[in-house]
Amino acid sequence: MVVFSPYIGQCHRAGVLSQRGNRTSVKLILMATTTSALGSKRSPVTATATGTRRKRPFLLDLYSTAVGKKYVMAISGIAMMGFVLFHMIGNLKMYMGATALNHYAEFLKELLYPIAPKGVVLWILRGGLITMLFLHLHAAWSLTRLNRFARAVKYQGPRDYQVAKFASRTMRWTGIIVLSYLIWHILDLTLGVVNTTGTNGEFVKGEVYQNVLNSLNRPVVAAFYVIANILLGIHLFHGAWSIFQSLGWNNPRFNNWRRGFATAFATIVVVGNVSFPIAVIAGIVK
Amino acid sequence: MSHLKNLTLKVWRQKSPADSGHFENYTIDEISDEASFLEMLDVLNEKLISDNKEAVVFDHDCREGICGTCSLMINGVAHGPQKATTTCQLHMRTFNSGDTIVVEPWRATAFPIIKDLMVDRSAFDRIIESGGFITAVTGGAPDANLIPIPKPVADAAMDSAACIGCGACVAACPNGAANLFTAAKISHLNYLPQGQSERFKRTEAMVETMDEYFGSCTNHGECSAACPKEISIDVIALMNKDYRASKFKNRKELSR
Amino acid sequence: MNMFNSKIPAGALHEKWDNYKANAKLVNPNNKRKFKIIVVGTGLAGASAAATLAELGYQVDAFTFHDSPRRAHSIAAQGGINAAKNYQGDGDSINRLFQDTIKGGDFRSREANVHRLAQVSVDIIDQMVAQGVPFAREYGGLLDNRSFGGAQVSRTFYARGQTGQQLLIGAYQQMARQIGLGGVRLFNRTELVDTVTIDGRCAGIVVRDLLTGEIQSHAAHAVVLATGGYGNVFYLSTNAMNCNVTAAWRAHRRGALFANPCYTQIHPTCIPQADETQSKLTLMSESLRNDGRVWVPKRADDNRPAHQIPEDERDYYLERLYPSYGNLAPRDISSRAAKRLVDKGQGIGPLKNGVNLDFSAAIERLGREVVEERYGNLFQMYERIAGEDPYKTPMRIYPATHYTMGGLWVDYELMTTIPGLYAAGEANFSDHGANRLGASALMQGLADGYFVLPYTISSQLASLLGKTIPGTDHPAFKQAEAEAKERYNGYLNVKGKRSPDWFHRELGKIIWNDCGMERTREGLQRALSDLPALYEEFKTDLRVTGTGDSTNQTLEKAGRVDDFFQLGMAMCQDALTREESCGAHFRSEYQTEEGEAQRNDDDFCHVAAWEWTNDPMNPTRHAEELVFETAHLATRSYK
Repeated sequence: MVVFSPYIGQCHRAGVLSQRGNRTSVKLILMATTTSALGSKRSPVTATATGTRRKRPFLLDLYSTAVGKKYVMAISGIAMMGFVLFHMIGNLKMYMGATALNHYAEFLKELLYPIAPKGVVLWILRGGLITMLFLHLHAAWSLTRLNRFARAVKYQGPRDYQVAKFASRTMRWTGIIVLSYLIWHILDLTLGVVNTTGTNGEFVKGEVYQNVLNSLNRPVVAAFYVIANILLGIHLFHGAWSIFQSLGWNNPRFNNWRRGFATAFATIVVVGNVSFPIAVIAGIVK
Repeated sequence: MSHLKNLTLKVWRQKSPADSGHFENYTIDEISDEASFLEMLDVLNEKLISDNKEAVVFDHDCREGICGTCSLMINGVAHGPQKATTTCQLHMRTFNSGDTIVVEPWRATAFPIIKDLMVDRSAFDRIIESGGFITAVTGGAPDANLIPIPKPVADAAMDSAACIGCGACVAACPNGAANLFTAAKISHLNYLPQGQSERFKRTEAMVETMDEYFGSCTNHGECSAACPKEISIDVIALMNKDYRASKFKNRKELSR
Repeated sequence: MNMFNSKIPAGALHEKWDNYKANAKLVNPNNKRKFKIIVVGTGLAGASAAATLAELGYQVDAFTFHDSPRRAHSIAAQGGINAAKNYQGDGDSINRLFQDTIKGGDFRSREANVHRLAQVSVDIIDQMVAQGVPFAREYGGLLDNRSFGGAQVSRTFYARGQTGQQLLIGAYQQMARQIGLGGVRLFNRTELVDTVTIDGRCAGIVVRDLLTGEIQSHAAHAVVLATGGYGNVFYLSTNAMNCNVTAAWRAHRRGALFANPCYTQIHPTCIPQADETQSKLTLMSESLRNDGRVWVPKRADDNRPAHQIPEDERDYYLERLYPSYGNLAPRDISSRAAKRLVDKGQGIGPLKNGVNLDFSAAIERLGREVVEERYGNLFQMYERIAGEDPYKTPMRIYPATHYTMGGLWVDYELMTTIPGLYAAGEANFSDHGANRLGASALMQGLADGYFVLPYTISSQLASLLGKTIPGTDHPAFKQAEAEAKERYNGYLNVKGKRSPDWFHRELGKIIWNDCGMERTREGLQRALSDLPALYEEFKTDLRVTGTGDSTNQTLEKAGRVDDFFQLGMAMCQDALTREESCGAHFRSEYQTEEGEAQRNDDDFCHVAAWEWTNDPMNPTRHAEELVFETAHLATRSYK
């Protein structure tokens, strides 16, 4: 961090400019300048805006900036929000009994059948979701790295945040926990690998209702589902609001609604999802 | 007028950019509650000089809250505890006798510490240099009333233009991002009819210059809470929108 | 020595500037890049000059002691900027702005310069709007104007209470554009410590890097000093903490004449000093006097809070003394009235150093909402600083130094008596005479930088084409560098007991008491014996801790205080020898029976320009006679 203005100017021109395109350039400035000594002669600042930009494919270029990465965060976020909402709504069929839920699972496989073979559309959707998840993760990871570089030396005294909420400050942690929950969830109810651990039942593909009961009758698992979904809600509470900012959807007419939308969305998803393990444990769903 | 007694100051002292720095404890036996925070530091410095010690270096100038030179992280809050107030306008009546006050410089990789509490905020100038202007060669301007500007538009531009460039937004941002500063300037110029010709060129250039020095926005809102001019984070949304538009427009127009 | 060729062009007053431009020599665009111009200071005048000169194609080196050009103190101007646009159709014209400015300056400014200022004021507004300055507008989208003291028309353009900020940011952005393009090289955190004259021409400057203490020289074809005013000689003023006279003073020491140093303007509505630690005073917009009533208790040392003092024990002195203007009496008159009462012990507040500005009548008459709408932000600012709620208790106000009309003597081309060295903005003495009208400082800074210097510098440079200029290896540069090093090492080596701030505060007290709002022969003589004594103490008892090779604000301050001492002596001498009262310069001996300023046009209708003689107590006084061909010398009356 041994830089002051002309050094920044010079690094900008000599070091970073040629590297434009690698948007973790805060890091480059850092590396380029930690070796500069203070005693050397300062030189004036000039021609700071005369560099030429490296040409690259459009989307990659857009993604290279932090603002571009935030678009990706937002768009992939929207896709996954759609998924969690419809996933929750679909799962409500649980309350209609085993047949309804199992038929629903079958229905998902038969989307657009017979135009498309069974399962293909579902896999396309899954592929899309996995891509979105990957993009979301990659953007989050590289932005986190950038942000760490942007304040390489932290405040040495305690911070006193004014408005940053628990939700916004814990996005990374809620995100990571939700991700690990997601993996568990797939292993549990899609692949069935961990479904029977600690239960007497057995995992049968297609017998969704029974599989869910088997799984959620384990109090520890049920608790994990509850906690993970609350964290998901916290993640959504900030994420769903953030989308409007990141994509620049800003209008004084609806700005007051953005927070309300995020709160409502997060609440609906959490209440729906959390109701399942509770219902199972409480014996409402048998 | 009354006095505060026995204040403990934990002040960051750092000899040079390369030095690792440390907190030094000082006591202020008595200070008038009418004194501003910087005047309290003046008193400390007078005391240090009379003890034959080097005075604490800190940036300050107008002391009326408009030049944006003063900074300081006071008890973990940029510009201290009073809302919409620069450090120079913060007065000791905000504190109590016996308080311990932690004073630290802004911290961000783009704001390297020069000495003690003084940091280098030149990266802000680099952002402006890359596009934060309307090209208007001296002498060629048309009559000022040629283009009427609706009052709400002029007011919105003024709200953004109120930015004093102090860097509190960066200092307060958990990510060291300069989005509020950059967006304030972009929205000031992009709102105005005079700013339209360069709107997208400006936005792309400024956002990408910002990107070379600063972190990214995660929509905490700390910047706006710390801003002495209370600039709203709405301007960040505007910048994000215009950046997207600029990428598409410039792809066509600037590649000709 | 032909010191007073003010180079006023021929022709009728309104044709002079056009004649000048028509006959000015030009530099071919290809040749412009061969010239280097140094601009010191990046406020309105400096930034606009740097930007425009770079646009024209000159190589420009800009210097500021701030971290960024955007910090310059032009930023703190609140009220607005005048221009003879006549957008309100209320009878304004270039001639009227000219007449108002000349009269406001109490007939102590140069007609031709003032008229040019009025002429280019129109272009300034066009230019600033084109750059994106968000001036206040009417609902129809056209520019709004307000009226200001000393004028009967509405010609002041404004951007809320932050006009100076918006204009400075505008000029800064133009300059930033040129830095980005490579037209301007910016040296930030770098302070001018000397100017260098070789063969009678300004060859460049010597600067000190405030981060490393390194002394460097820079050579150029022309040097512009746009380094602001010297109000901080009073220690407490509305100037920023770092405002100083060093650049102008160092040029003065190298041969540039310093004009009218005693013309310093006092602003009547500032928040009074609250305690000994106070470092600066804050101005509250003069517009407050539209609805506030000014009063003090009739009895001296009345310690009751304002609301406990009954009506008949209050002295609404402005209404009493100036029935027709009342609380809106001009700046200098209301300032002096306040000082007299405070001196008599009728002041209010914990330190008895203010007068009440009471809004209770206005709140009763208009309602709190209306008052809040008009002055809300000012009330809030007051509450932040003074810790009192002006809706409930009267504001405490007192006059404070605000602006300095004096400065480096310049001719019509804004060139000092050193060829090649120019002064612009508040740093020169050019346009405001003995008193500046509100909203004219911003106008002058931008006029000089955008519309005057680019023409006059080009005209001068044309003759230098093809000639080589001395480089920084010239012995004169080396000598100036050595002197500067010695000077700063000297401060470090005194090793006395008092800090530079202590001396500054003591200096300020002397100047404020004896060369402030009201000056007397005895007072000035006293100051002229106190100042050298204190200056002697400064040289022997100064203590600067730290070293000279890294950022050392104590050391910077020592250099500035040193120059303030010398300037202070010049101020007092100027005030002593100007045996008349005019504008902001009020000598008690020269007043009318009503206590108004009494000019002496027979003996003092001139600019006093002082020449440095190596002894700050014995400078040589020169006089430039002022000739009024268009304006008629008249007595200012505000009864």
